[in-house]
This record gives sequence, structure tokens and C-alpha cells, in this order.
Amino acid sequence: MARNVSAVEILLVEDNPADVRLTIEALKDAKVSNKLHVAVDGVEALSFLRREGEYADTVRPDLILLDLNLPKKDGLVVLSEIKEDESLKHIPVVVLTSSSEEKDILAAYDHHVNAYVTKPMNLNDFLNVVKGLEDFWLSIVRLPLDGD
Amino acid sequence: MRRSSNARVILLVEDNPADARLTKEAFQETGISHRLYVVEDGVEAMSFLQRKGGYADAVRPELILLDLNLPKKDGRQVLLEIKSDESLRRIPVVVLTTSVADHDILRAYESQANAYITKPVDMDRFLEIVNAIDKFWFKLATLPLN
Repeated sequence: MARNVSAVEILLVEDNPADVRLTIEALKDAKVSNKLHVAVDGVEALSFLRREGEYADTVRPDLILLDLNLPKKDGLVVLSEIKEDESLKHIPVVVLTSSSEEKDILAAYDHHVNAYVTKPMNLNDFLNVVKGLEDFWLSIVRLPLDGD
Repeated sequence: MRRSSNARVILLVEDNPADARLTKEAFQETGISHRLYVVEDGVEAMSFLQRKGGYADAVRPELILLDLNLPKKDGRQVLLEIKSDESLRRIPVVVLTTSVADHDILRAYESQANAYITKPVDMDRFLEIVNAIDKFWFKLATLPLN
């Protein structure tokens, strides 16, 4: 139900190259056209979102997929900075992490994560999860139009 | 990826009886057991969630489906109150509304709606959407434990 004729812009914040590659491959065949941008740590993610330095010309993503265990700045800190920033907080953030610890789940929802999804270890399960994210967030949900 | 096998508990805030009925039937069609509670206006929704008045024994829903245009207290206000309440804010709220207005969509996300879905007029599409909600929130996502 995305109204944009243009591709849905997704920011993936993930430091594990294998997971990045799998996500790219899973989304490549998506029904809804999308463009995946990757940030490999929390500092880079926020620079991308705030268009700082080399990211001055980046697009604002329509959806953020965020790992929790990240170098430089932790995913939960990234999440709270996004959700406290007036110009970013409307962007849906889906946490995609291997952590199934109760404290991480509660902290993420308390910091207004849009959804928390646990990353499975098994390859096929992982692809199914990415497919499931695509089915819901790219086909069913109305994402906010970029305000700027 | 859900950690308990109990019936999924959902609060539907919807003033249109036909839409409420359709949503109930669509959840039944999924073949999975749901406990769907329906309240018809924003004041009732807050009473249910805060266990006030006749709702002292109300269960805490795992997911809230919220219409925007509601009598007594608007859905936009209900959303703000849920998301600024320490004990309620972690419950995922999916806005399910006929409004396709960009400002409603943007404002809902700014008010920390977990997702915004437009109610379709077509019955098949409605079933598809309810199925997708069930599949995403109760099978794929990990919900906070109450």
C-alpha cells in the first residue's frame, strides 16, 4: 500500500557482513521495489540520518532495520536518539537482533521501537523473517511520506 | 517467535459495528484462537486499559487496533495517552483507519503509533490485512511480556 511510485528507502544498521548480505539478497526479490542503505555502526547510522559529513546528500529512509549490538554506539541508544529527534521520530524502526533477552525487548518497546523481531540463526528462517518484514512493512503498512 | 501459547489478546477500538464484526470474523478466519475485546469509543478504550469503572478485571491486551475517528475521545488523543503512559506505552498500537490523509499518517507515527494501516473497502483485502497483522505481530515479532 505504499503510495510512493519511487522505491521504498530502507536503512539497515548492521555490523555483521553475512547478515547484511543475506538481507540484501532477501530484499532483492521483493515485490515492492526498495533501495537498501547500510550503516555498519551506531555512529554511522545517526550521521546518515542527520545527513552529517559525507552523508549530506543522503535520502531520508522510509524504514529503519536496526541491530542492537553495534560498535561505537549501541542500538538501543541509536533507537532512543531517533525517537527523541523531532525530525526523525516518525520513521518506523524495526529492531532485528539475535538478542531475545527480556530486558532488551522491554527497553526497545519502552523507547518506542515500532516492532522487535528476533533474528533466527538458521539461514532459511532468517530469509523467511526478512520476507515477513517485507510482507508487512512494504505491502500492508502505510509508511509516512517523507516530510521534507 | 512468541513465547507463550495462550490465546492472543487484542483490544479493538472501533465505533463502527460493521467494521468491528468484520474484524472479528477475519480473526476467526485465521483459524487461530484470539480473544478480541471491542470498545466503541476513546473514553472506553482508556477505561479498559486503565482498568477503571466496569473494567476493573480487564486483561491487558498484547496488541491494540485503534481507529482514529472515534466518539467521545478521538483516536489520536487515545494514542497520545497510551504512548505517554509508563505502564501502557510498550503495548503495540496499530492504527487501523479509513483515513488516508498524509497528516494523519505522519502525526500517528510522530505520536509513536507502531504501525499505520488503511482499512480497505474490499472484503478480501480486509481479510488479507487481518491475516498480515496476525502473522506479523503474533508469529514474527517478539512482543513485550506483560
